[in-house]
Amino acid sequence: MIMDGKFGKYGGIFVPELLIPALEELESAFLKYKDHKKFNADLDFYLSEFAGRPTGMYYAKNLSEKLGCKIYLKREDMLHTGAHKINNTLGQGLLAQYMGKERLIAETGAGQHGIATAAVGAMLEMPVDVYMGSEDVERQKLNVFRMEVSGAQVIPVESGSRTLKDAINQAMRDWITNVDNTHYLIGSTMGPHPYPAMVKHFQTVIGKEARQQIMEKEGSLPDAVIACVGGGSNSIGIFSEFLDDKEVELIGAEGGGHGIESGNHGATLCAGTEGVLHGSLSYVLQDNDGQITEAHSVSAGLDYPGVGPEHSYLKTIGRARYEAITDDEALRAFQLLSKYEGIMPALESAHAIACMEKYAKQPENKGKTILVNLSGRGDKDMFLAAKLLGVEV
Amino acid sequence: MNKVESYEEMFKRVQKKNEGAFVPFVVAGDPDFGTSLQIVQTLVNSGADALEIGFAFSDPIADGPTVQDADVRALDEGMTTDRGFEFIRRIREFTSIPIGLLVYYNLIYKRGVDRFYQEAHENGINAILSADLPPEEAEDAVKAAKKYGVDQIFLAAQTTTNQRLKKISEFSSGFTYLVSVMGVTGARKEVKTSTVDLIKRIREHNELPIMVGFGISQPEHVQEVILAGAEGAIVGSAIIDLIAENLQDKEKMMVEISKNAQKLKEATKM
Ligand SMILES: Cc1ncc(COP(=O)(O)O)c(C=O)c1O
Repeated sequence: MIMDGKFGKYGGIFVPELLIPALEELESAFLKYKDHKKFNADLDFYLSEFAGRPTGMYYAKNLSEKLGCKIYLKREDMLHTGAHKINNTLGQGLLAQYMGKERLIAETGAGQHGIATAAVGAMLEMPVDVYMGSEDVERQKLNVFRMEVSGAQVIPVESGSRTLKDAINQAMRDWITNVDNTHYLIGSTMGPHPYPAMVKHFQTVIGKEARQQIMEKEGSLPDAVIACVGGGSNSIGIFSEFLDDKEVELIGAEGGGHGIESGNHGATLCAGTEGVLHGSLSYVLQDNDGQITEAHSVSAGLDYPGVGPEHSYLKTIGRARYEAITDDEALRAFQLLSKYEGIMPALESAHAIACMEKYAKQPENKGKTILVNLSGRGDKDMFLAAKLLGVEV
Repeated sequence: MNKVESYEEMFKRVQKKNEGAFVPFVVAGDPDFGTSLQIVQTLVNSGADALEIGFAFSDPIADGPTVQDADVRALDEGMTTDRGFEFIRRIREFTSIPIGLLVYYNLIYKRGVDRFYQEAHENGINAILSADLPPEEAEDAVKAAKKYGVDQIFLAAQTTTNQRLKKISEFSSGFTYLVSVMGVTGARKEVKTSTVDLIKRIREHNELPIMVGFGISQPEHVQEVILAGAEGAIVGSAIIDLIAENLQDKEKMMVEISKNAQKLKEATKM
């Protein structure tokens, strides 16, 4: 390894020896291609022609009026396959191709990352195997079908809690067994080095565009940037370009589930402790012995008992702060944005909207400029939302 | 507790008899505390030269289905780190052969690295191997291992470069754990032929005895790796499969384990 992959003390490469050469190979390819002219030209082409970048920044005038703040939405929900995930998936897919890998594997919770990987695999003509907890396969049948239509094979994972963390375990086991020809396309800023740094790199496009757009529209930086945090990729993507501007508040919205007191939540940074999971040292949800506990969130993308190591670092140094948004709050925010702006957010992104609303309602924040990363669209959640709202469809 | 035998002493003991070491691996508390203890006793009586004992973990990324299931059984039966150490104490009541602990790093980290190694030592553990702790991240562990006289074990695999083999040898003591397959734990049909080359390559960078594990399931595999020059063979999934297959009949479970363990031990004799 050339770098140690640490953010403060967090991060690292806590993986079985068998994976070390693969991580070394990946790190060296990443360092070689991240500033490579042709690679970046290819990536830019796909980001624009395939995925639909740049995404807009929308001034949410009705909500702004209602809440007495200036609210801007970074429209990652407009991207192909419905969320920011495609930024990373295109980057890593292309990198895998440059590295001569023949096969992609991925984990998925709700299916968002799986769908993005399946799409990129189809486009780059690489076979894709997606690991998905059998519990999630059952809950997200439509997304399983979407992946399969794009030619991906969805492999249900029966071990452990049969959700995202177990899908990651199984994808890692696959990678350990097939490192020669396979690239493991991790969907967020988690896992061992170089993943947190690499996924961040591919997601900084959000922050770069957003910074330029807000400067054009407002002529100044926002007072706060708010994003939801599952593994941490859309949030790091948009935070990245504001990290040095100390006056900009950075706020991450975690999946608060039924509330932190209930014990049923995915608020790793708000309520977790330090531990090693899936290759890096970060905050995790665990018991006193270090056994990983199950997370809960209404949004599958925030339903994960770990979090990317850079967020643990940003939390510890106080550069960003994190709030737990409950299922109910998120569901209300889902309705709020749909009703006031005609934009249905993904339930993950609805956490960021709820967090924004709370922030805007603080008297001291009146009139402030708030930038919210709308990481994805709500189409995938319509059945669930209807069910939760007691509507039969 | 009698004086605990060191790995060095154990390897000398078996070499004197012109044998390799037979080292079974089971998960502490699988399928329950009492039966698990009886299994270990059976293994010792059937010729185990040392023991590898695993502490169950919720997310064992280096393990195949056999060990995953064993972890689930042990955790469901209420195994904790405290009870794991108690398990080791109880083993020490009937044997002094070396005990290596296989434990995912988070269990060590959560307890505090120093404290974990101290307790490991006090309860009679000779060596610790964390499947997800490469030398790069092992500074604290190696320090604690030295402090309490515990051997720190690392994995070496086909993919491990010579440069890394050197680093691994600097950090480890006791023995080197050679992973014979590209993959996770689990019984395999055959041993990779490249294992022989790898043993040779490790020898050039490292004076420690070599034990081969992951995928060794048949007496012929044991014989093959011993003939290839390894000092010992570690057999896990093949024994744990016998536990899983006989959950309803403990007596048969012990008979099967005993029979198979004896065959595996026989195969170490040259
Ligand atoms: C729309 C959307 N937003 C956010 C997330 C959470 O991931 P991350 O924290 O990596 O952005 C997901 C994950 O599936 C998602 O689909």
